[in-house]
Amino acid sequence: MPFFSFAGLVAKAAVSKPATRLAAREPFAATRGHVVIQISACNFCTLCAKRCPTDAIEVDRGGRVWRIDRLKCIQCRACVDACTKKSLTLDPHYSPAMTAKDVESFKGEAPPPKPAAPAA
Amino acid sequence: MAQRTIVPFGPQHPVLPEPIHLDLVLEDELVVQAIPSIGYVHRGLEGLAQKKDFHEMVYVAERICGICSFIHGMGYCTGIEALLQLDIPKRANRLRVILGELSRIHSHILWAGLLADAFGFESLFMHSWRVRELILDLLEEATGGRVIFGICKVGGMRRDIDDDQLKRMLDKLDGIERECCVITEPLLNDSTVRKRTVGVGMLPQETAHLLGAVGPTARASGIAMDARRLGYAGYNKLNFEPIVETGCDSHARSAVRVREIYQSFDLIRQAIADTPGGDVDLKLKPGVNPKGHYAARLEQPRGEVVYYFEGNGTPNLHRFRVRTPTFANVAPLVKMLEGCQLADVPVIVLTIDPCISCTER
Repeated sequence: MPFFSFAGLVAKAAVSKPATRLAAREPFAATRGHVVIQISACNFCTLCAKRCPTDAIEVDRGGRVWRIDRLKCIQCRACVDACTKKSLTLDPHYSPAMTAKDVESFKGEAPPPKPAAPAA
Repeated sequence: MAQRTIVPFGPQHPVLPEPIHLDLVLEDELVVQAIPSIGYVHRGLEGLAQKKDFHEMVYVAERICGICSFIHGMGYCTGIEALLQLDIPKRANRLRVILGELSRIHSHILWAGLLADAFGFESLFMHSWRVRELILDLLEEATGGRVIFGICKVGGMRRDIDDDQLKRMLDKLDGIERECCVITEPLLNDSTVRKRTVGVGMLPQETAHLLGAVGPTARASGIAMDARRLGYAGYNKLNFEPIVETGCDSHARSAVRVREIYQSFDLIRQAIADTPGGDVDLKLKPGVNPKGHYAARLEQPRGEVVYYFEGNGTPNLHRFRVRTPTFANVAPLVKMLEGCQLADVPVIVLTIDPCISCTER
């Protein structure tokens, strides 16, 4: 029956580099870090808010404001998949630590004025 | 008759990662009876099914457990797909098998570390978790998540894992398997470890059968029962046999899990070699809702899990029930503890690989 069968591995581990990766490491390309919006491309269709399983996204259609509660978001990608304008993407880096329970909001520009009706 | 004492074990105890409470009735150092009580982390996930859309419920189903999260998501999707009579693409099934088996490997390695920790083998605990990290990296690279993968959906997979990625996974598996040999060897053959496990926590075959033991706990008592043999997700196309040991003790339960790690490596290789091309996702017709009832059975790392679905034609399920493997293994655990030494209780509790948050839902 073997004795001290683990001693070799322990000795090897004592002189080798740490096995874990740092928290501030370069993430994998596919990692679901946090949702990023390019607000200029958004048409405020509210599809992302409807698909969000945790109701983290709120869209104010009239005021053209897009809000996300980062503490509710579970990075499931449902909004990114639903976005028809490709304005939502997932950044592989985790969102920075929060110091207050804030809801992030993004204000879109006013829609281009409708072409004036031709004079009768 | 010696005086009887009751020693409370848990819900907060150094060997228990999750809360279960056992009242141990002792005569000197000998356990005469163990009285379990659960209910410390009940979250009411099954009730949520009545409020959530059945598509969104996948995210909740995945969160039943942090270790077998993928298989919970897969089990939920399998059941809903059966209710909707969907035939999902073959490639999606193959990817589910690959991710499911990777989950099984990391679950068993995690268990090996916890067991080692229970009898004080700290370096084996550390090295088990180091090897598990390699598997988690593979999973994160493929799915985007370390613990909650969010890749399973009703009708297939939410994203494809391309062939290059599968090939890279295959290349890394050999190295990880060699690392596994280093940690599983002492777990089975080291003389100090054997002294703590051989002949400890006996569960004879008849008792295991009578009390409804599942998974590795049942297989270590000589019951050849593996829900993967039912053939869900294309398991019937893969070549494997249930791993059975006849020792009926803690060592046999360790041996079953260790051999299952290597069986899973083999299954992943078979599945990757035989992954067909094509789509991974089925487009669902809008407005089609689950109706009728169905029970799905799957094999989790800890044993057989049963999901019961009852749909009433609305987007919300009328009833969703999960019978998890640890729940089935609590009754055999109580039997194993009768007659053991108090010092062996942590080791015996760990050999059923308890997952209490699964049990509580």
